[in-house]
Amino acid sequence: MADLGALFLHAAFAENMPLTYFLGLCTFLALSRRPDTAFGLGIAIIIVMGVSVPLNHLIYVGVLAPGAWRWAGLPDVDLSYLSLVTFIGVIAATVQFLEMVLERYVPRVHASFGVFLPLLTVQCAILGGSLFMVERRYDLAEAAVYGFGSGAGFALAVVMLGALRTRLAYADLPAGLRGLGIAFVLAGMMSLGFSAFAQMAAQ
Amino acid sequence: MAAAGLWSTLTAPLIRQNPVTLQILGICSALAVTTSLDTAITMSLSLTVVVVLAAGIISVLRRHIPDAIRLIVQIIIIASLVIVIDQVLQAYFFELSQRLSVFVSLIATNCIVLGRTESFARSHPPLRSMVDALGSGLGYGLVLVLIGACRELFGAGRLLGFQVLPLAEQGGWFTPLSLMLLAPSAFFLLGGLVWAMRSIWPEQADAPDFPPHELGDKS
Repeated sequence: MADLGALFLHAAFAENMPLTYFLGLCTFLALSRRPDTAFGLGIAIIIVMGVSVPLNHLIYVGVLAPGAWRWAGLPDVDLSYLSLVTFIGVIAATVQFLEMVLERYVPRVHASFGVFLPLLTVQCAILGGSLFMVERRYDLAEAAVYGFGSGAGFALAVVMLGALRTRLAYADLPAGLRGLGIAFVLAGMMSLGFSAFAQMAAQ
Repeated sequence: MAAAGLWSTLTAPLIRQNPVTLQILGICSALAVTTSLDTAITMSLSLTVVVVLAAGIISVLRRHIPDAIRLIVQIIIIASLVIVIDQVLQAYFFELSQRLSVFVSLIATNCIVLGRTESFARSHPPLRSMVDALGSGLGYGLVLVLIGACRELFGAGRLLGFQVLPLAEQGGWFTPLSLMLLAPSAFFLLGGLVWAMRSIWPEQADAPDFPPHELGDKS
């Protein structure tokens, strides 16, 4: 259990998706103008990553990995080159399914962050989570924890950036730096902070 | 169609309409692969090939793709192209593909590719779409190569693996800035680049979130 806890913290802080791997930066920067939209996006990402990474793990191990068809007498079949298309399909289906469930049973929640759900189909952080899961050979429990951990790390980072950008709304910045420019500089400073976590984890 | 129209379609995304610095598209992968120049160049070439081919294929098929499922069709075409590129890299440039790790696969979710196919290739003939896609790919490559060159030059004193600045430990004068090889420097460099571009072309700058009121304005 201690290993899983460490993996969660590692995924959320030391290997923070947007700040150390630069994944999902498009939505990270575009939707962090205000903390409340950032919060909705963060929750949506936690759910989608927490569901899609373990699901992709099951599909990869059961169908795509080299040797997965041994029971059918086909030990040499290696479908792992199809994993990219499969993962994208699974993520799109997860997002669609989640959207329908939320709309049907909890319409208030759907109204508050439903607009971000379709965007998540082409989110690098979510696809990246599944690809890292394969590259690092996590087992099912580790994959689930890793998915939730990276989602939580993304949510934390995007809410913090949203709060910082709101504070800066009244600041007198040079015209060229306003908006995107200062967002990059802020993200860089947050990234400095998070790389300190990585140093702590390494020791 | 006039050649001048094609030329401006090709050059507009290079600087004035650059997809990375103006539209914030595709930076996900742009920053992660720029610790050295050769990975940045490989990544730009791969992306350019994918976006040009995807725009061509989708433009040829544009009258046959049903509107309701067009996103799925586009994503599958793009993902198939990305798989081909990934396999080619693994077959011929294995060491380089190991260093790029998952980022070649992530071209599939790069917003530039989907953005070009969705907003341009779907409604234009093949040649024009491909030229437009080539422009976007090169605009992306330009930013990547610029940042990659900065990070490799100041972080390690090398360009493409050749020692350009003599290192202090080897009797030279240059002390490498190890910060340049870490994640934050990419953010700072790109922020600085955006700042510089928006100072030169002020029409690109964002409007202030809360424009200051004139004195005595009661509204």
